[in-house]
Amino acid sequence: MRNKSVIGWLLAAPLSLVLLVFLVAPIVMIVVVSFWGATEWSIYPAFLFDNYEFLLTSDVTYRVFLNTFKYAFITWVFTLLIGFTVAYYLAFHIRTLTWQIALFLLCTIPFLTSNIIRMISWIPFLGRNGIANSTLISMGVIDEPLEWLLFSDFSVILAFVHLYTLFMVVPIFNTMMRIDKSLIEAAADAGATGWQTLWHVIIPLTKPGIMIGTIFVVALVMGDFITVRFMSGSQSANMGRLIQNDIALLQYPSASATAVILLVTVLILIGTLLRFVDIRKEL
Amino acid sequence: MTTISKVRYSRRSMLKAGGAAVAAAALPAPMVWGQETKNITLRQFGTGVSNLNDVALKVKEDLGFNLEMTALDTDSVTQRAATQPNSFDIADIEYFICKKVWAAGNLQAMDTSKIAQYDNIAGTFRSGLLTPESTIAQGTAPHTVGFTTGADGTEFVQEESGWMTLIPTIYNADTLGIRPDLIGRPINNWSELLNPEFKGKASILDISSIGIMDMALVVESMGEYTYPDKGNMTKEEIDLTLGIFTEAKKNGQFRAFWKSFDESVNLMASGEVVIQSMWSPAITAVRSQGIPCVYQPLEEGYRSWGGGLGLSASLSGMELDAAYEYINWYLSGWVGGYLMRQGYYSAVPSTSKEFMSEDEWGYWYEGKESKGDIVSPTGAKLAGPGEVRDGGSFLDRMGSVVCWNSVMDENQYMVRKWNEFIAA
Repeated sequence: MRNKSVIGWLLAAPLSLVLLVFLVAPIVMIVVVSFWGATEWSIYPAFLFDNYEFLLTSDVTYRVFLNTFKYAFITWVFTLLIGFTVAYYLAFHIRTLTWQIALFLLCTIPFLTSNIIRMISWIPFLGRNGIANSTLISMGVIDEPLEWLLFSDFSVILAFVHLYTLFMVVPIFNTMMRIDKSLIEAAADAGATGWQTLWHVIIPLTKPGIMIGTIFVVALVMGDFITVRFMSGSQSANMGRLIQNDIALLQYPSASATAVILLVTVLILIGTLLRFVDIRKEL
Repeated sequence: MTTISKVRYSRRSMLKAGGAAVAAAALPAPMVWGQETKNITLRQFGTGVSNLNDVALKVKEDLGFNLEMTALDTDSVTQRAATQPNSFDIADIEYFICKKVWAAGNLQAMDTSKIAQYDNIAGTFRSGLLTPESTIAQGTAPHTVGFTTGADGTEFVQEESGWMTLIPTIYNADTLGIRPDLIGRPINNWSELLNPEFKGKASILDISSIGIMDMALVVESMGEYTYPDKGNMTKEEIDLTLGIFTEAKKNGQFRAFWKSFDESVNLMASGEVVIQSMWSPAITAVRSQGIPCVYQPLEEGYRSWGGGLGLSASLSGMELDAAYEYINWYLSGWVGGYLMRQGYYSAVPSTSKEFMSEDEWGYWYEGKESKGDIVSPTGAKLAGPGEVRDGGSFLDRMGSVVCWNSVMDENQYMVRKWNEFIAA
């Protein structure tokens, strides 16, 4: 009996150690540093609430927070709609497994290039004199170039949706593939329409996949800074941008404080999401 | 020029040279040191403007040792100089960065008696005076942070003490860049940056110490406020300045902000932006694509900056000698000529002149009409015969400098407010 528990501890040790060193320790460090003070070129140990005070008393912080949620929410809606549709088509409309795999791999091809390159290539496309505007003008749809195509919330969200939809497709496709086809036949036999089957059978059974995809997308968008910087031309900000600016200006404690608040927010959000679906039970 | 003759060792050269160094220690022979130099690698980092591969290649050719270049944006340069002292041997930084990071103790002072061209270094970097009659502009003027008390000096001193924090290499007078073809009328004032006529077509750089000075020039030009000292604003003045720009930002005045030199080139060349803060070689880069771009002289004057080479505090022994040799080579003219052809000024103009044609010197330095084509160091045509440099001669341009890039007493407050402006 005693032997068994020792073996259990030993088996768990490597992973625990890895998590301790590479996850827990850095986070503890960030929390500690968030109370430190900073000069222009160095940081010094202290126990100050200055960083949090400055952060939580500035209305810019709240607007940036709101902006971060806005990006996350809109991106989530679009990636979910597109991701669900793509996964649904792959899982239920493609008959053979070979084609399903082939088409699924096709979806992943754009992801073989760096996501920065995929993002930046939108810039010449959407620019004032870019392909999109010149095409629309030559087609006579518009007379003046559309300014809001680039360096706007539109371009930021477009890039997010483009970059992160696959993170929605994969887990949803995965859960859909494991839905017992006889359930759908049963629904049809019982007289359900296509929409009824979708709403009452497929969506409830796909929930874990949707939830995993949601966690991916929300965490990625909330933690992003580079997409927002490039696609908004530094005109918009999210929490990641605040942290990046602080780091660039050597304000590590202030960056840490922002990171702690962002981390807590994301954890609360994901904790709430997990209340709706017990991923572990349904996996 | 000094040569490497002293037999001293640093830990790094010992490790690198390995057995050869051990053998050499036992039997010191001059030719071994000639061989040793080839194994030295100096690691330099700085902004993209002067960290050029051509320089590294020429160093290898002329001096025999290796120079590794890393180009970063201004904030990353500051960050590295302050936090990663072991990642570099030579820091190619601006004087305002020096003011920020000198106290961190990662750089060592340089003995000016070892600098062959010291007496020919431009007055701006020594007494602070361009000509004996000049007045010193506001902000962090290079000579105010250019000297320290001694080899281990931590404080800046205001006179030529014989110990320099940075050895000056380049400087320039910055102004707004415009696309004359898309604007179609004369631009003469800084206030044009916030002119609603250019709504959605203006840009400013997102580097606080530089951007705040451009903003101050705009605010003064608009007649909103006259600063007692732009280079050292009070909290209220910082709030006022950033307040005016935050409002403009919310009204959609800016198309984008830029942080690295190539971003500003792309914004201008693509026509996204028609008026913006810009640096001289960015103008050169836009023009060499055949797109008209003017570095517009403005009535209120220029914002200036200076850069130089600093030595890492950890540098010693043969590497330190090599670094001095490199710096002396840097000031001996080839690099100066190269940088002058990009539109900068060399800190030792007399040696750079020897590496430029008479026509080039006339165009870039004296503000004369060019006689033939003026080409960039990479060979792209920048101007045809009969053209004059924007802003004219060296004295016209540097003589109209009204402020330097700055680090203020209220810098931390400014930085936080700047962050809010970017996020607003």
